[in-house]
Amino acid sequence: MGEIVTVRYLCIGCPLGCRLEVDEDLEEHAIVEVRGFSCRRGKEYAIQEHTAPQRMVTTTVAIDKARWARLPVRTSRPAPKDKVLEICRALRTVRVSAPIASGDIIVRNVLNTGVDIIATRDMAEWAPPHNIET
Amino acid sequence: MITSNPRHLRGSYDVIVVGGGPAGLEAAVAAQEAGADHILVVDREPEAGGILLQCIHCGFGLHRFGEELTGPEYAQRVMKQALAHRIDIVTDAFVLDIDLQRRVKLMTREAGVSLVEARAVVLAMGARERTRAAVRIPGARPAGVFTAGMAQRLVNLYGWLPGRRVAILGSGDIGLIMARRLTLEGVEVAGVFELMPHPNGLNRNIVQCLHDFDIPLHLSTTVVEIHGHNRVEKVTVAPVDDNLRPQLERAWEVECDTLLISIGLIPENELSERLRLRMDPVTRGPVVTSAMECSLNGVFACGNVVHIHDLVDFVSAEAMLAGRSAGLFAIGAPLRPDNVRLLPGENVAYCVPHTISTEREHTVYMRTRRRLEACKLRLVAPDGRIVHEKRLRYVFPAEMVNLKLKPVILQHFHDDALRIDIVGRSAER
Ligand SMILES: Cc1cc2nc3c(=O)[nH]c(=O)nc-3n(C[C@H](O)[C@H](O)[C@H](O)COP(=O)(O)OP(=O)(O)OC[C@H]3O[C@@H](n4cnc5c(N)ncnc54)[C@H](O)[C@@H]3O)c2cc1C
Ligand code: SF4
Repeated sequence: MGEIVTVRYLCIGCPLGCRLEVDEDLEEHAIVEVRGFSCRRGKEYAIQEHTAPQRMVTTTVAIDKARWARLPVRTSRPAPKDKVLEICRALRTVRVSAPIASGDIIVRNVLNTGVDIIATRDMAEWAPPHNIET
Repeated sequence: MITSNPRHLRGSYDVIVVGGGPAGLEAAVAAQEAGADHILVVDREPEAGGILLQCIHCGFGLHRFGEELTGPEYAQRVMKQALAHRIDIVTDAFVLDIDLQRRVKLMTREAGVSLVEARAVVLAMGARERTRAAVRIPGARPAGVFTAGMAQRLVNLYGWLPGRRVAILGSGDIGLIMARRLTLEGVEVAGVFELMPHPNGLNRNIVQCLHDFDIPLHLSTTVVEIHGHNRVEKVTVAPVDDNLRPQLERAWEVECDTLLISIGLIPENELSERLRLRMDPVTRGPVVTSAMECSLNGVFACGNVVHIHDLVDFVSAEAMLAGRSAGLFAIGAPLRPDNVRLLPGENVAYCVPHTISTEREHTVYMRTRRRLEACKLRLVAPDGRIVHEKRLRYVFPAEMVNLKLKPVILQHFHDDALRIDIVGRSAER
């Protein structure tokens, strides 16, 4: 057995917020023990967070010819946590044009993560009415 | 039909709903399903959907739709449902007043002031944010001080960033969500400052909005001064003592050009007050029966205008009830009145509805004052007898408690008032 490190997590499963601890054997790259949970959900969360943390990413992209300047989007499924900032940075240069339907793929396989970026609402084509100055 | 021109509307409706957020849209559909024919939803924004349109994050709909949606996805679902039920929706229309005859006064760009009559009215105006004025932060009045929800609107709908380096006062969910949102857009978040010794938001948001990006959370700390002439230049923050008084000798300064304030929501009840509805001083919303009817017959209310909800799913549930009651009232078949008053007791700040009927099934929503673990929720009769008891693993002020009450529970109860107590082990740490 190699050197053991303890990493702490705050469980997000419910408001009790148990303080979770994961002991990992650094040489074997294996979890030796999980402590601090009060239910199974907490243990599973600790293992997931420790081995392959993932996050659903929600942000916006620029849209033309629509009522609003931004189109809300999300990842089609949770993406690796360490890619979140990079994904958002990549989306800053994306620009689409209305009409867009909820679920439309805006970027396929973003940054080779295997995850798509999809629209989370319809946005109809729109021009400001003649009596409004924008 | 959706229009911004009141000339396209009828002169009278069975039910008029004020506010086109999730509460208003769900109420409209339920009123139609209860038998009302002509239903109008009025919203002052260019689109119905309410605050959800700017809440682009996930976390909505687990109860209502069995899956986790973003705010816009949830809004679009209730919107589609409303249109499928042939509800009329008028946007860009501000409701100025409602009179005792239930005539609704609208203000629009297209037609100025117009009056539309209703047999029943549903109030669903939502809530607005508490501002700097609510906490009286001393100092200058420069640009760069926003409520967190306003910043959310600017970023998510208009694509405008509020500043380059931001401090956030208050650790409620909206503030936490904005800390992440701004970080993702390349804005630096200097820290979140919370007056209380515990964070106010969900653990999920503490982890995923702050820990993920190493944003510091300073508990028992508050902003004591804002500096800057034209624009915020920095804020002074200080730890507070056990009585929440700032300890100025331990204060420090935080460089930032923007301060976001996230200190809670207040129900938007100007119309209710003009109607002189009975109000609950704790919720700051109207007093309602189990049919979600206010103190004036034919006026119903639901959603954040009644009390602040943390989950939109419960807004939907409450709105369906209010809408159904309004629909039944409009067709002349109102529900039988309630016969039991509910009184908030130990560790219960408020409960909604304020009265119930022993004949029907109810969901009672309440907020607790303190955090407790291993608790019991008790329904207590005026003579002290415990009528019903339910175990709860925990209660937190930030999380609404709900109680399903079936008629069987009250079948041997013949008094006219029930007190709700929540007792347990203190979980303050
Ligand atoms: C920033 C933020 C983040 C949130 N995050 C979550 C979350 O993650 N998960 C979750 O489940 N819930 C969340 N919520 C809570 C949830 O979104 C609300 O509880 C819900 O949207 C309330 O619905 P409502 O219809 O009562 O009010 P609103 O959505 O506020 O709708 C009220 C509508 O009434 C209109 N209106 C008001 N007055 C008038 C008038 N006089 N004339 C015409 N129209 C009027 C307004 O324009 C608005 O469209 C969040 C809320 C906020 C503010
Ligand atoms: S471990 Fe279980 S009880 Fe503890 S916070 Fe997580 S989900 Fe809640």
